[in-house]
Amino acid sequence: MDSNLKRSLLLENFQNPTNRGLIDDKSYIKINTNNESCIDELDIMIKIEDNLIKDMRFDGEACAISTSTASVMIKTLIGKTVDEALNIINNYQNMINEKEYNENIIGEAIIYNEIYKQPNRKKCALLPWDGIKEVLTQYKS
Amino acid sequence: MDIREEFPMLVNNNNLIYFDNGATTFKPRLVIDSIKDYYENYTSNAHRGDYNISLKTDMKYEATRKKVKEFINAERLEEIIFTSGTTESLNMIIKSYFKYNLNPGDEVLITKSEHASNVLPWFDLANEIGIKVKYIELDNDFKVTLDSIKKATTPNTRVISIAHITNVVGDVRPIKEITEYAHQLGIKVIVDGAQSVPHMKVDVQDLDCDFLAFSAHKMCGPTGIGILYGKYELLDKMKPYNLGGGMNSSFTSDGIIEYKSLPQRLEAGTQNIAGVIGLGAAIDYLSLLDMDKVHEYELKLKEYLVKKLKENDMIEVYNENSESGIVAFNIKNIFSQDTAIFLNDYNICVRAGNHCAKILKDELEIKNTCRISLYFYNTKEEIDKLIEVLKNSDMLYQQIL
Repeated sequence: MDSNLKRSLLLENFQNPTNRGLIDDKSYIKINTNNESCIDELDIMIKIEDNLIKDMRFDGEACAISTSTASVMIKTLIGKTVDEALNIINNYQNMINEKEYNENIIGEAIIYNEIYKQPNRKKCALLPWDGIKEVLTQYKS
Repeated sequence: MDIREEFPMLVNNNNLIYFDNGATTFKPRLVIDSIKDYYENYTSNAHRGDYNISLKTDMKYEATRKKVKEFINAERLEEIIFTSGTTESLNMIIKSYFKYNLNPGDEVLITKSEHASNVLPWFDLANEIGIKVKYIELDNDFKVTLDSIKKATTPNTRVISIAHITNVVGDVRPIKEITEYAHQLGIKVIVDGAQSVPHMKVDVQDLDCDFLAFSAHKMCGPTGIGILYGKYELLDKMKPYNLGGGMNSSFTSDGIIEYKSLPQRLEAGTQNIAGVIGLGAAIDYLSLLDMDKVHEYELKLKEYLVKKLKENDMIEVYNENSESGIVAFNIKNIFSQDTAIFLNDYNICVRAGNHCAKILKDELEIKNTCRISLYFYNTKEEIDKLIEVLKNSDMLYQQIL
């Protein structure tokens, strides 16, 4: 994917993020993720039913990378089973950390495939994904 | 000679524009050389040896104490204690003095723009011994006035603990007025001088503060060394924070310890000798520059910076009226960290975030800002470059990937 397209997808997700804004609904699990090395802070809520991710929402104050990747993550993971989602997250994390990954399953999140070139932004790119991985891992156990 | 030539960081990093002096400052060659000299030519412990190099170390170590005393115009040498930095100084004041001199229900006044190191130890002490932490209201410019102090004071107020200059909005507090008022009521005043001592003349006898804390690395000195100043009669009642070598004159097997007198009593163990020597050199350097001139120059530079920033409609400045070299701003609708990373692409260093003042967001109604903190080696030319780059901030998101 050429870098102009990647950039415009990132901006689109930053400026018009998917499912931004939290709702008051007890059937969701809510988490707060924040980045120890910087100042991003995102709240994410997720609804899981019968092992299936029914919905996800987020809100918070964070940089363009964190915000846009939260939006991309939400689009990518809604409708997936917990195991499918964990597999996608693992591959995404591998991509950010410059390890081997399957680019065919991570969808739009491929736009972050060169973020490793800016080491100070890797944590921003991982923030929402790390948080949701923890929720899904706990759900499974 | 151009003072910039005296700073290897500026010489070696030709295009670097460093605007994060509130975090730490660059060191002049003189400071670096003094540390190198100690390590290369007379490494030895202080207060220990009966041989020449140790005597030299001892002399240099104590000479710095005298320089600090003169720099802040303390009354006595024993009022100057070396610590690892402002954080440790404040923790010592709170946990080794006030812990034993406050009672449940006693109140401490701080503000919401204090640095974490002047908030968290108080929270901890509140949990431990039942004191109350209360906030002095800030005015529309986030300033502390004597009036707001009077309003916050109750018959239970025992301590006012505030920064001389805050690290986010850079307002200068009227310490002298505050101590005058506080002392009439028997209230002690602690001053966090981390952002003031490096930038202006601070005279502890004139301010009449009871304690003052500051760090060497924010004033051209090395990291890991700081100062705890306290009035003699208060320090003399402070319980030693660390116990060990160098602070006792005798101890017996049944546990009877006899402490040394001040200042050694509060400096247990081998101290940061290289740091102390480096701080001495930094004070020599600053004294030559003249702190009044440093302050005046920084204020002019700040005024210029604010004027230029305000010419750009996209920039919001939060503290234009503060009288220090600290400017907090955001590009409208842009997250502060994205701005900082954009500026980094042009070798401009600014700090984004809440600047360790996490409760200030209640007042500022905005969590995060970009902060420019100037020092005497910054120039108008550097500001002009920043202003040029900010003009292209519509490019900010074009450069993000």
